[in-house]
Amino acid sequence: MRVLEFEAKQLLREQGLPVPQSKLVNSSKEAAEAAQFLGEAVVIKAQLPIGGRMKAGGIRFAASQAGAESEAGALFGQKIRGFLVERILVETQIDIDRELYLGILYEASTRSPVLIASASGGIDVEVTGTVIRRPFSCVIPPGDYIGRQVAADLGFSGKNLLRLGSLVTQLMHCFLRWDATLLEINPLVVDKVGHWWIADVHLELDDDAAFRQKDLLEKLSTSSSLAASISDFELRARQINQKDHRGVAGRLVPFDGNLGLLIGGGGASLTSFDAVLDAGLKPANYCEIGGNPSVWKIQELTKLILSQPQVDRLAVIMNVVSNTRVDLVARGVIKGILQMGKEPSKVIVGFRVPGSWEDEGKAILDYYGVPNFGRETSIDQVVEAIKCQF
Amino acid sequence: MSILANEDTRILVQGITGREAATFVSESIQYGAQIMAGVTPGKGGLTVNGVPVFDTVAQALKAAPCNATIISVPASVVRDAAWEAFENGLPLVLIVTENIPKQDVAAILERASVVGARVVGPNSLGIISPGLTRIGMCGGKAADVRRAYKPGPVGVISRSGGMMTEIANLLTMNGIGQSTCVSIGGDPLIGSTFLDLLPLYEADPQTRALALFCEPGGTMEERLAEHLKNHPCQLPILAFVAGRFADRMQGQRFGHAGAIVEGSKGSPNGKMEVLREAGVHVVDKLSQIPGILRELLGKDL
Repeated sequence: MRVLEFEAKQLLREQGLPVPQSKLVNSSKEAAEAAQFLGEAVVIKAQLPIGGRMKAGGIRFAASQAGAESEAGALFGQKIRGFLVERILVETQIDIDRELYLGILYEASTRSPVLIASASGGIDVEVTGTVIRRPFSCVIPPGDYIGRQVAADLGFSGKNLLRLGSLVTQLMHCFLRWDATLLEINPLVVDKVGHWWIADVHLELDDDAAFRQKDLLEKLSTSSSLAASISDFELRARQINQKDHRGVAGRLVPFDGNLGLLIGGGGASLTSFDAVLDAGLKPANYCEIGGNPSVWKIQELTKLILSQPQVDRLAVIMNVVSNTRVDLVARGVIKGILQMGKEPSKVIVGFRVPGSWEDEGKAILDYYGVPNFGRETSIDQVVEAIKCQF
Repeated sequence: MSILANEDTRILVQGITGREAATFVSESIQYGAQIMAGVTPGKGGLTVNGVPVFDTVAQALKAAPCNATIISVPASVVRDAAWEAFENGLPLVLIVTENIPKQDVAAILERASVVGARVVGPNSLGIISPGLTRIGMCGGKAADVRRAYKPGPVGVISRSGGMMTEIANLLTMNGIGQSTCVSIGGDPLIGSTFLDLLPLYEADPQTRALALFCEPGGTMEERLAEHLKNHPCQLPILAFVAGRFADRMQGQRFGHAGAIVEGSKGSPNGKMEVLREAGVHVVDKLSQIPGILRELLGKDL
């Protein structure tokens, strides 16, 4: 889950880390009041779950109360990369002397968390400057010396070495304590009088660790509700999945094509979807089904996919399955189509699920005249055969 | 021969009383796997399909020595189960559980490298050396496993457990058997990557070619390609990369940190390109796999 800037900064402030003074506002009038409270120069920052806000026009500067009001007024109600601006963080502008970059995330090659630091921060940090990488342990708590080493490697000494060193170590502790998957400070700023500031932060939390981060997530109510918001179509798929514990069938992403897809599981969904696009067919959805779903579950998913007005055909494709009952999938799909008052042989352009009870499945499909394929026909060959029906 | 799993593999199952574990234990025994003992804290003294259950790994190993363990416990306690396995000297730890916190996975893999244990997974469906044994649940019921998997010269490594059975079945249907198939799990952080397993296959006299199933994300394909450029491999390698559509549609954005760490890595088309440059036979369609392997194997088939 991506944590919005204002909630991430609140967490960092609670840890005693240096975050500029700011106020969250919901209207341009409140923005003007905030600017008055914070002093002359402020930054107006749209609170959105995306990166690259500066380039997208979501961050603006104002030198006066009136300027803050008009800049905020221009941002509110705007859509930036598909997200509506509903909240703005008005923050004290910092008189920047220099900018640095700090990031912590997991690295596949070392199989560990890694700290990345660069003496030159900013919006194009990935293409500029020397970068320091420091993998660290998940078993032994990060020591203060690691932060000092990083500060020294970046060329700092004296007070600044100690200040940056402790900041780095504290961030490493936060990363582990919060079960973060990304904690990025860009830029980390030193102002003209030598103070250090976390000017912007990008925090991502591990959804798989939510079970042990309940207190933390409670503090992040805005980010949580934003992360949980999904389209009506996806919500209905999730509800079908939750009503019956048998099998997995919750992940359904809509597209605008006419060919509905019931495909699974993880790798097979990727393979089937590639084959469908390669053949020039137009998918109506992505999905991943797996485990041993009940007839009811498959029937409801079939109806949901076919309920999209542009969808008139359906393909059912899975890998050679180990615990899915083929006959149950066949019955579910056919029941769903019949309940919608349609003819299975006209809707289903291809059914390929080899595995347990495949003979029983084939008997059902043959009875309804549905074109079906066995384990001797590979996934791409099935899609080629389907293509011929369009 | 084979790698990792053979007729001498004696298996422990941590979390044996769970529904999923009880099912794959019974199916594995029917396939001929030696499941020696199981562990579920608080349930010592029970049996699952004739396999004795103990409260601790130490007790289980004392009663029935094992050289591999399958961890099939809830995500929140996998780290503890893995550390118990390491402390008791188990050299091969297969983790079936998925959705484990990343921090726990990193901690497990860090400990494993310290104690010298091999981890396969998380989110692995298992390891199978057809005709010899199976560790895990790949392929399902014994009869279905015998139908999809046959002994032979091709090693299969797959980031998807389901597609491993699909590929083995495709090979078997075309008269090409397999030496050992390993479901390594699809996450970026895993215990055994393509590159980690390569030396084992190179040392195995039965294996004459490798087939890899790759997915988007992570850097293990790129790291394999990098290695192959500097250390040419005697075994011909074939790869299929799934999820190319991710490049065409709006993919996941990694942000600055991801861009620094992964560079341009992670995209399916990028993976195909670097693998090709490294001499790997990359196929565009699954159905091309048997034909190309047949050519590569030549008289070894």
